[in-house]
Amino acid sequence: MSVLSVVEISEGKIKKASVEAAFYGSKVAEGLGTDSIAVVLGEASADELATLGQVGVKNVLHANDARFNNFDSKAFAKAVGEAVSASGATVVSISFNQNGKLLAPRLSVRLKAAYVPGAVDLPVFSGASATVKKNVFSGKASAQYQLNTEKKVIAVNPNSLSPVRGTGTASVEAFAPAVTDADFSTVVKSTDKIVGEIPLSEAELVVSAGRGLKGPENWGMIEEMAHLLGAATACSRAVADVDWRPHHEHVGQTGLTIRPNLYVAVGISGAIQHLAGVNGSKVIVVVNTDPEAPFFKAADYGIVGDAFQVVPKMNEEIKKLKSAH
Amino acid sequence: MKILVPIAKVPDTTSKIAFVDNNTKFSPDGVTFIMNPTDEWYALVRAIELKEKQGGEVVVIHVGLADSEQIIRKALAIGADKAVRVDADPTDAYFVAAQIAAHAKTENYDLIIAGKETIDYNSYEVGGMVAELLDLPCVALVQKLDIENGVATIKREIEGGTETVEAKLPLVICAQKELAEARIPNMKGIMGARTKPLAVVPADATEKLTAITSYAVPEKAKECKYVSPDNVAELIRLLHEEAKVI
Ligand SMILES: Cc1cc2nc3c(=O)[nH]c(=O)nc-3n(C[C@H](O)[C@H](O)[C@H](O)COP(=O)(O)OP(=O)(O)OC[C@H]3O[C@@H](n4cnc5c(N)ncnc54)[C@H](O)[C@@H]3O)c2cc1C
Ligand SMILES: Nc1ncnc2c1ncn2[C@@H]1O[C@H](COP(=O)(O)O)[C@@H](O)[C@H]1O
Repeated sequence: MSVLSVVEISEGKIKKASVEAAFYGSKVAEGLGTDSIAVVLGEASADELATLGQVGVKNVLHANDARFNNFDSKAFAKAVGEAVSASGATVVSISFNQNGKLLAPRLSVRLKAAYVPGAVDLPVFSGASATVKKNVFSGKASAQYQLNTEKKVIAVNPNSLSPVRGTGTASVEAFAPAVTDADFSTVVKSTDKIVGEIPLSEAELVVSAGRGLKGPENWGMIEEMAHLLGAATACSRAVADVDWRPHHEHVGQTGLTIRPNLYVAVGISGAIQHLAGVNGSKVIVVVNTDPEAPFFKAADYGIVGDAFQVVPKMNEEIKKLKSAH
Repeated sequence: MKILVPIAKVPDTTSKIAFVDNNTKFSPDGVTFIMNPTDEWYALVRAIELKEKQGGEVVVIHVGLADSEQIIRKALAIGADKAVRVDADPTDAYFVAAQIAAHAKTENYDLIIAGKETIDYNSYEVGGMVAELLDLPCVALVQKLDIENGVATIKREIEGGTETVEAKLPLVICAQKELAEARIPNMKGIMGARTKPLAVVPADATEKLTAITSYAVPEKAKECKYVSPDNVAELIRLLHEEAKVI
């Protein structure tokens, strides 16, 4: 018996979301009194993978194979399925990120395992079954999913638990799944990544703005705040729809769901469809001229005021704070 | 080209979310049910566009009870050619996927376009499960899909950007926004939908692997701490010293 975490590599580095999935896997293993194992598909250095020991992983199964450098759901499901057999895992932990949202359900079918998409807490075991909490109705409620099979697949909602890092080192073992070239069914032709910016889905701090900003030319002060804080920028759908901001920045029910430590919302009313994407944030700050804006009901800190006055002052104060520390 | 579009039924986004029977069941009281927006606006419309360009047939499939008829007719009114309803309560994603896969096995579809997620359970699971059951390639979070000589060119979301991939048909796609522009059914479509075939078939015997044992609604809203716009320094101090997030 063991718990297996699926750890993704991007350009040789472990993805932040995967560190969290591995930490989650280690917590589950600890509860079950068993080992935390990780499987890594794609090229990476043994030194990088050994750092998984810091979040409790004992052993890493590493397919150091360039064919896995790009995600292919069919080949990945097959390879991870083999890692499950090789490690005797009964629970698999995967990040509920872009790739995990497809890999996890595929894998669950392969293993004929019950699956919970987007767990926000650790599972509670009772005999052969387990229950896991997940958010439903775009965050308006939560549900307890009961997993009724011996093998269980859990996809962990990003930013659900903060990994605590220790000093361990994981051992790394070569792993050669019997995946043939025919199993790779998709070919990546090109990628278009926003370089130099922090990807929104990975960001711990996010500065976001909406229609209250009046026009795309006024985003300079929002970008400045993001720059000062080392934050990513986001926006409401209303402004992405009129092309004031790119669509990949739009958060909410029809956009990205994020759970950063800090979400600053400037000139956004706080419609339920917007809140659905951000109400898992740890701390929410709202700046809005309208004291009745619904966003204040979801906020931790609020300023009723004009963005064009408040935001430049915030930037000045952040500069002062940063130069003092 | 034969295209299958699985469609789900969900509560309208403005519905009041409430639970009954000791918080074990969603209360449908006063709730309006609609076709899952991603399925209606993106998956179905892109399927119809591809058919209009290259010929073929668009079939919608729904796993659900008789009260789903209205959303199925709407899909036909928007432009699907025929519909299949698997007569069963869709309470487990594996069960739903198994029904869709069982139908697809008998029909040789070139393409299956599901939505990325339903807006009630936000699960992102049925499309990938169908692909695995049929041993087909699958690409999710798809924003663009073109097909030329049996090869699909697909743009999908990745962390912080997009990726363009190619895959051969047959193929499963999980659609999201930007894939198409929503269409509103016109009078001709609505009239025509009445006579298009809607087959009701019994469910395959498949076990359910999960069950929802209880629901909870979040505790009362948080208390917002207000700071005066004349004292922005205080806000930054609180974020640094009290909330410890900057
Ligand atoms: C099915 C569906 C799905 C949707 N999905 C999403 C989604 O995923 N994400 C999303 O964001 N929306 C979504 N929406 C849209 C959502 O309902 C709102 O319309 C949208 O979020 C509003 O954007 P906004 O807050 O920027 O604009 P508005 O609602 O126009 O709000 C602007 C705010 O700015 C304030 N303001 C004005 N001037 C200033 C100033 N000088 N300083 C400070 N504040 C000022 C105003 O008081 C107001 O509160 C969806 C809608 C539907 C129907
Ligand atoms: N009951 C259902 N009948 C047919 N298709 C469904 C059903 N439930 C979900 N789907 C399809 O699967 C997609 C993803 O749903 P889910 O995995 O439940 O979030 C939806 O967008 C639909 O295309």
